Formats: sequence, C-alpha cells, structure tokens
Amino acid sequence: MITLGIDIGSTTSKCVLMKDGSEILATSLYNGGIGTGSPEKALADVLSSGGIGMSDVSCSAVTGYGRSSFKGADLQISELSCHALGGRFVFPELRTIIDIGGQDAKVIALSENGKMVNFLMNDKCAAGTGRFLEVMANVLQLKIGDLETVAARSENPAKISSTCTVFAESEVISQLANGVAIPDIVAGICESVAARTAALARRVGVVEQVCMSGGVALNGGVRRALERALGVEIAFSPLSQLFGAIGAALFAYSKIKAGPEKEK
Amino acid sequence: MAEEVKPNRPPVDPNSARYKLDAIIKKHYQEVWEAKERGEKIGWCASNFPQEIFQTLGIKVCYPENQAAAIAARGGGQRLCEIAEGEGYSNDICAYARISLAYSKIKDAPEQNMPMPDFVLCCSNICNCMIKWYENLAKTLNIPMIFIDIPFNPDYTVSDAQVEYVKAQFYDAIRQLEEITGKKWDEEKFKEVMAISNRTSRAWLEATSYCRYKPSPLNGFDLLNHMAVAVCARGTVEAAEAFETLVEEYKKAVAEGTSTYRGEQKHRIMFEGIACWPHLRTTFTALKNRGINMVATIYADAFGFIYDDFDGLIRAYCTVPNAMNLELSRDKRINIAKRNGAEGILVHVNRSCKLWSGFMNEMSRQIGEACEIPVTSFDGDQADPRNFSAAQYETRVQALAEIMEANKGGM
Repeated sequence: MITLGIDIGSTTSKCVLMKDGSEILATSLYNGGIGTGSPEKALADVLSSGGIGMSDVSCSAVTGYGRSSFKGADLQISELSCHALGGRFVFPELRTIIDIGGQDAKVIALSENGKMVNFLMNDKCAAGTGRFLEVMANVLQLKIGDLETVAARSENPAKISSTCTVFAESEVISQLANGVAIPDIVAGICESVAARTAALARRVGVVEQVCMSGGVALNGGVRRALERALGVEIAFSPLSQLFGAIGAALFAYSKIKAGPEKEK
Repeated sequence: MAEEVKPNRPPVDPNSARYKLDAIIKKHYQEVWEAKERGEKIGWCASNFPQEIFQTLGIKVCYPENQAAAIAARGGGQRLCEIAEGEGYSNDICAYARISLAYSKIKDAPEQNMPMPDFVLCCSNICNCMIKWYENLAKTLNIPMIFIDIPFNPDYTVSDAQVEYVKAQFYDAIRQLEEITGKKWDEEKFKEVMAISNRTSRAWLEATSYCRYKPSPLNGFDLLNHMAVAVCARGTVEAAEAFETLVEEYKKAVAEGTSTYRGEQKHRIMFEGIACWPHLRTTFTALKNRGINMVATIYADAFGFIYDDFDGLIRAYCTVPNAMNLELSRDKRINIAKRNGAEGILVHVNRSCKLWSGFMNEMSRQIGEACEIPVTSFDGDQADPRNFSAAQYETRVQALAEIMEANKGGM
C-alpha cells in the first residue's frame, strides 16, 4: 500500500511516497513554498520518481503552512505532529526535535513511546528562523548553503543580537564596517540562531536523543552551535528537511489501517 | 443578479439573560450620558477599582477598558492606536491605554463613544501602566485623578497591614469624591451596595461554574461578552437578576442536554489571557472548527468579589488576578482547570499586557505539569490587530487539538 506525504512550507515544498508505512519509495524537494507552483511540481516529481500515478496512492496527507490551501489530499495534519512522527521514523530513540524552518522554529517533546507530548514555537518574530539566516546571507552576499563552510573558518565569532532580525541586520552591517572578518560574522549569526533556539528548547526540556529537522538543520554551523549551547549531541539525517512529509505519509498510512474502507 | 437575502434573526426573548445583559450595557452607557447632560460630574474608572464607592455615592462612571475592548472588537483598534502613536506614545505600551489616550484627544469613535470625564478613578491592582495612562488622562484633560494603591502582593495571603493601607485610601477616595461631586456618603446605602455586589458575584460565579458540565451548556466565549456586565454593573440589582437568569438557563440546558456551543464538544480547554478582541472571530473559529470549547478561564473568578464585611471587601480587591503572585495565580488556575476538566491550555501571549504575559511561560508550564495536559501559546494582543498572525495561531491550535486527540487514543 502506497501513501503520500506533502509538506508545503514557507520556503520549500516537499513530497514523500512510502510503501506500507515502512519504506521510502521516492522523495522530492523544490524551493518555493506556499503561493508558488512548487507544491504541484514536487507532487508531479515524486509521482514520476516513484513510477506511479495518483490513482495508485491509497491515502495522502498534507502538512505545513500551505496545508489549508492545498486541495486534493485526504488528510490535513499540523507540521508539529508530522515532524514528530517523521523524526521518530528516522531516529527510533528520538525524544526531542528541534525544527527550524523558513519562518518558524519549534521544539517538540516526545514521550518514550514516541507520542508528541508538548511543543513550543517561536514568537511572532523571525529571529532564530531560516528567514533570519537568509537575510543575513543576503547582506553578506553569500549563498545560504555556504554559511556552514564560511563559519568553520571563524577564529573569534562576533556577537550578533538574537532579539530581532532587523536589529541583527544592522549589527552585521556595523560589524562589516568595523572590519570584522566575514567568517567571524557568519559564526556569530549561527550562534545567534542557536542561542535563541536553545532557550526555546530549555523551556520544553531537552531529553536525549535530540535531532534537528527543517532546512536550517542542513547548516552544520548552527547544529554545532546548538550542541555547544545545550551540551548534547544533535543527531542529523540527510532526510531532515523531509521529516514533515515523511510524517504526513505515515499519518496517511495509519489512517488507512484505522479505516480499511479507504484502502485500495 | 439577485440581492442577497439575509435571514431574519428571531427577536431575543426579553426574559432571557442575553436580553437582560445587553440591556444592562446599553443602560450603563445611557445613564452616564444622561448624568453628564444633567450637569453631574462623571468619571472614567479602572475595572478593578472598588465600585462599591461610587455606587454608594450614586456617581456614574464608565470604563475605558470596556470601551477599548469594544472599539477593538469592532475594528477600530488600529486606527486609535496609530493616533496615540502619532502623539508620541510607544507601540510597546498597552493598546487599551493607547486607544483610551487617543479617544481623549479625538473624543469620537463610532465603535463605542462615551462621555468625557470630570475625574478619573485609578488603582494599581491591574498594572503599573494604568497609573501612567490615567495620570496622562488627568493631565491632558485637566481633571483630578483619584488613586488607590493596591500593590502587587508577593505573598500568598493578604496581610493585615495591607488591608489597613488600602482601607485608609478607600476612605480618602470617598472624601475626594464627596468634594468633587457634592454627593454624601451613606453607611446604610454602602451596606446595601455590598449585599447587592455579593449577590451579583455569587450569581456570576455560579453561572460560570456551569462550564464544569460535560458537555458544557455554554460556549465559553459567551463569558467574554457577559463579563462586561460583571465589570460595570456588579453593584446593581439588574446585574444580579440577569446573572441569576443565566444560572437558570444553564441549569435547564444541562437538564435538557443543550448548549449555546453549536456542534459537538470534542475537546475542553482553558483559555489563558485577555481575549484577542481584534481577531475574536478568527480565534474562535479555529477552535470551533475542531470541536474545542473553552471551559476554563480565570476571568470567571476575576470579577467574582465575594466578601463578608468591609475588611473582606478590601482583601477581595487585594486578590484580583493581576495583583497576586505566581504561586497563588497558578493554584487558582489549577483548581479551575481540574474542576472543569480542561484537557489543554491555550495561552494568549498578549503583547499589550506585560504583567499578565510576563510570567505566563513559567506559570502555564507549571499548570500543564500539575494537570498533565498540553499547553500551547500564541502571540496576539488585546486590542492592537497588528500583533497577531492567523497562520501561526491556526497551526498551534491544530497541534494542540492533535495532542488532545492522541491523549484520547484518537490519533
């Protein structure tokens, strides 16, 4: 039985096809989230990669900020529940998920048996989110994917405010004007994101195993800064951006199991 | 193209609590306008100022907090906030204050007008921002401010010293009001007002206690409307009777299995904080779409002033929710949440209210742990619509509903 998970975020669209709730058949990921053509492209791509048509999908679930506007999925689940389920699928011992996406950051606590028991999200401010990193990368004329390698060259990370994206942007410009080395500024930016997220994580309570998900998980500079801030090892998977879509596909599978009338 | 025909709503039964409560609010504003037109001195008053004082003296007042909430709920919040900001007030201060200060300048807001004051009555058991707000009203309108200092209580109980401190100011407020208005204090009338206030408060608390039933006979958001009467008219017989009618209606609804909440009540939550008035429909709809009813709120207790004597009255005003410490605040909420069977907590982190929201992260964590229920929060504001994101709210409410569903074995 094949199920489909669709995760439409603020900056990317992801799809995952799964077989029997245990095997990933195909994945797709496109830049561009809600309000773009990327969700449809990601869907067409994953079906093509899986060599199947929509009629072969037994059940589909959509999650992410674009979940309400996407028509055609059988279920609509919050990204909190999907990240919890998807994260636990990849890391069976997982107890804490730190998800930093394009426009929000969240920390999810799982019980021993993997149930989501609590979560906290950032406040309305974009500080500490992927958008923060994007803004800073633009100021420094760097690609967001290069932040990690540039940060690795830092010898003395600069202090960058974690209070507000706009304040931090002007701080970065001041630091540049003062001749601070770019690697030190980039490392400071990573530490700033980590500091803000670490405070959120401490409020939830950090229980190991801890992992990161979302696009910012790909940035090793932030991951390592977060490890230092929390004093724990943070697991990483190349699938980290797909946890939401994997979780959605798993929800679709559990729905089929619970309601055999929908099974094909 | 055919014109849209709006369905005729049936008229509200004049014997119903809703009719009576609406009538009290209309009468409340009307009476203040009429007193003003007669040349009587009228005041603007903080919601937790001891209303027994001016009820006994027969002085009419209206409430800037109620006015600001009404203006915000009817879409005028941003307009007035921006007027205040244009006057130099920071958008970090309370939006009720900004709306009220803007109104004191423009003196007209079609969403909710009220007569200009001849004096203001302020007390510090709500917050410190209110003191500066009222001082500025008094200064710009060139009118006296009568102030009762009821400090935030770091202890679990109210000390005798605090009672004496507040009581002395209570007497002084009476003296000042006698001088301003020419009206005279009457001890017998005071006893009568205290008795009526207790009767109203008992009826209000009993009505709100019906949230404990499963299903609840009331849509919890109803309380947000009814609360206005508990604020502005609790010293009147009409308010006591209206809340007693409400109790009868809820009693009947429980017996008949009906509710003012339309649809299945799948989940029961505690809603913490002041309503997000500018986005009331959005905040309610996201709950309603998931079968979530609000069955617990500190508001129920906030305006239920029960006391036996004058000292008790003073103690009651020293124990309003904004003047009590974290431990007492927490324990009161735990009691409400447990008594009413809340299965989750939704916290409004209200950008306007530093006092209420400041210790909310820690307090709600402790309540969630004690009640073993999930907690989530959202950013918003009691009156400034710019401080709210509907998409963020929707996601958090959905995730809260999913946890509550999973806790019942449903996900």
